[in-house]
Formats: sequence, structure tokens, C-alpha cells
Amino acid sequence: MARLENKVVLLSGGASGIGAATAQMVVREGGKAVLADRDEAKGQALAAELGASAHFVPLDVVHEESWQAAVAATVEKFGALHGLLNAAGVGVRNSIEDCTLAEYRRVNDINSLGTFLGCKHAIPAMKGSGGGSIVNISSVLGLRGASYAMAYCASKGAVRTLTKNVALHCAQQKYNIRCNSVHPGYIDTPMIAPRLDSNVGNMSGRQALEELHPLGRLGQADEVAHMILFLLSDESTFSTGSEFVCDGGLTA
Amino acid sequence: MSNELSGRVAVVTGGGSGIGAASAALLAAAGAAVIVADLSEGSKETQVGRFVTHDVASEEAWQSLLADILEREGRLDIMVNNAGISGGPGNPETTTVENWQNVQAINSEGVFLGCKYAIQGMKHLGAGKTQSSGSIVNISSIAGLVGGAGPTAYTASKGAVRLLSKSVALYCAEQKYGIRCNSVHPGGVDTAIFNPLWQAVGRDQGKAFLGARHPIGRMAEPQDLGELVLWLASDRSSFVTGAEFTSDGGITAGLQRRSLLGPS
Repeated sequence: MARLENKVVLLSGGASGIGAATAQMVVREGGKAVLADRDEAKGQALAAELGASAHFVPLDVVHEESWQAAVAATVEKFGALHGLLNAAGVGVRNSIEDCTLAEYRRVNDINSLGTFLGCKHAIPAMKGSGGGSIVNISSVLGLRGASYAMAYCASKGAVRTLTKNVALHCAQQKYNIRCNSVHPGYIDTPMIAPRLDSNVGNMSGRQALEELHPLGRLGQADEVAHMILFLLSDESTFSTGSEFVCDGGLTA
Repeated sequence: MSNELSGRVAVVTGGGSGIGAASAALLAAAGAAVIVADLSEGSKETQVGRFVTHDVASEEAWQSLLADILEREGRLDIMVNNAGISGGPGNPETTTVENWQNVQAINSEGVFLGCKYAIQGMKHLGAGKTQSSGSIVNISSIAGLVGGAGPTAYTASKGAVRLLSKSVALYCAEQKYGIRCNSVHPGGVDTAIFNPLWQAVGRDQGKAFLGARHPIGRMAEPQDLGELVLWLASDRSSFVTGAEFTSDGGITAGLQRRSLLGPS
């Protein structure tokens, strides 16, 4: 049997990067994937490519009504909600000295408020579907600090503890809903593209990032998607409130 | 070590009560000039230091606080970002966007601004200070470590403070500012944050209930945390930066109850 047979999964940031890689894997494993993204053209195109088991909904994660509509559209299209991937996010370089309050709020709204709203509105739909699994994309920078990513670190630290709070709440309420965080290292996705092009000393941006990882390379979106698939599936039914690291040894 | 902070200037946000007031008292006893920054003088529990009305969520307030300190005291050495709110009960299903934003504005953005303006102040030379230096102490919570120790928005805000502190520490180290930054993670402390519980079940009963959930058998008194803040503020911790300091009576040390401090 396929690993996600008949499971309906909503994916924020589903049009690109880790979200898109996971959507493809969900469909391949027998599930239904609802790609939710601000980029309608890209999301529609990928959903069309994936066929009848995929669907696109527009989503701006910082707006509560947008989440409500996306969850409703998912249930209307496929009749249930079993999985949520909160992959939408923004990677921004700034330090404590150069980050403005407006920028701090923008990054935290997208990465942290957006993830909270996804959890909040997925829970009722999952309760009505017999349970589910929520996977929140944090980062290695939710585990370790970086001088050049102050607001991003804060937002991913928030996702890390928010995830545990959601997990414990759902366990206490006996909802049969699990919630875990995934902490990728630097993954070769559009989010880090600007860094690949900027040289660091005599190294290319890519080399500099590769060297951070003991495995000596960047991660691929599929490698993170494999971990997410495990967490979405019934292979991980005793895992909740936990941190899953996928970083080529970076934090080891 | 009674005068180890002599000549130093310290700011304690939320300094009027609780952990802030205890920290202010200990910093002052160690010789520091302490600025107690809090929303209103009315409810303050301390006579220590110079009181300044301050709202940590307002950038303008931070700008004028820093200008005022550099004009009056002439330097800044210690920043204790202690002001915070629980935001009231709220789980992932009941928390509103308004509650979320309100809690982040004070607990997360307030600490961000506190660090940003602290660095400006600590780099400023004068009043006997000849090189950039300082210590920033951010009060997070065990809710910044585990998921069952507070309401949803609070838990997220304290996780943000935990990681923000590390980023600030590493940045200041790279820039060779001589400024350290660490986070403190209290468990249950007998402060006004528990007033709703005291009102519901009575103070003694509430303290006994929460105390029994800490392996050490009691809640912390503000003084317990004040001692940790003093140590982090002083030169005794000069090799310590970007680190997490838990003072929680052992509550996060081992196998945990599903809800550490009562239902959220």
C-alpha cells in the first residue's frame, strides 16, 4: 500500500522548494496534495502537472481569512484534511543593528504567525477527519543562532516552541493530531538563491554554504521531503512535539 | 563583591515588580546605577534606582529612554530585558490574531528593540567608559524550551527570545563590541504574572499547587532569578555569551507532566 493512501495534505509554500518537493511525493505515495501559495501561476502549473490528485488554492499565510478559505477549499475538494505542511517562509539576512522594527515584524508574521494560523485552522478540519499530522518547517537557525539572521532566528525559534505547544494541546484533548518541527540546513531552493550568487571572501556563496555542512554539500528539497513524508504518514504515529533535524551534520 | 558594579549603569525593563524589581535591587546593591523602566510608577514594588516610564513595545520610547540615559548617566553597561506579559489563557485553537500580536509586540519585539538600543548605548563612550562593553540579559521562560509551560502566543514569543539572544550574542562577538547576551529561563516564579491564578484559588493554595510541580518542591521567589541576572550582568560571567540559563527548580530536567504549570 502507498504510504499516504487517501490522505489529504495541505501544503503552504507548496508552489516551490520544500513545499513543491513534498507535494510531488505526497501524490506519488497515493495522497491528495493541496498546494497553497501566493504564487498562483507556479502553483497552478505544478498542480496541473500532478493531475487529479492535486489542487491549487491561493494562500497568504499572514491573513486568517486566507487560511480559513484554504482549509475550507481543501475539505470541499477532497472531503477531509489529514496533513498540514507549514513550509511557507521567508529567509532574510539582517543583524540586530540593521534590522528595523517593521522588518522584524514582517519576518515574524510570515514565518511564525503564519505557522500558528495554519495550525489553528487545520485542527478543526483534522478533528473532523479522524485525526492528522502537522509538520512545521523551522530551521537549523531555530536551534542555533546566526549573527546575520536575527529576525529569522527569532521566527524559527518561535516555530520550534509553538510546535510543542500545539502537540501537547492536541494530545491533552485526545484529538489524534500530532505536530512536529523539521529543522533543515541549507537546502538548494529559491529561498537561498541570493546567497549562492554572492561571494564570501575567495569562495563562491555556494562553496561557503556547502562547507558549513559536514557532508560537504547543500541539501536537496527531496531529502527534506522524505523526512516530512515520514512525519505525515502513519509510520510516525508515536512522534509528536519533537524536533527532526535534516542538516547534513551542521548542528552535530 | 559588594561594589563589583560600581560605576556601571543598568536598565531593567519591567523593573517595577517581580523578577525586574529583585534584579534592580541586587544590581543596585552591587553598586550599579539602576534605571527602573516600567509602564507606570503606581504599581512598583521597589524604591531602588531612578524610575522612568517606559513602554518596551514602542520604538520611540526606546529612543527617548536611551537619549535620557546617555544625557543623565552618560553610559550604559547592563540591559535586563525583563518586561513581559502572559497574554492570558490561550491554546492553539482559542488564541486570536490580536492576542498573538499583542504578546509578540511586548515579549518578542520589546526584547528585539531592547537589544538594539542597548547595543547603541553600550558602544557609547563617556562617564569613565573608554571602550565598548556590556551585558544583555533577556528573560525568556521555560516556555521558550518546552511546549506545555504557557499559553500559545507566550510560548512562541519566548522561543523567539531564546534564538534572538543567540543571534545578538554572535553578532556582538563578531563585531568585537565586548557585549555579551544570554537568555534566562525561569520556571514558576511568585510574581504578578500569576495574579489571575492567585485570585482564582488563593495565593497560598496556588503557590503550593505550582510548587509541587517543581521537583525542588517550591516556586521560585523573584530573588532567586535576580541572583542569576546579577551574575550574568557582572564580569564574573565574562566568558558566557549566547547561552541559556535555566532556573526552574528542575521542572524541565526530566520526564515532564503534560502540562507543567496548569492548563493553558
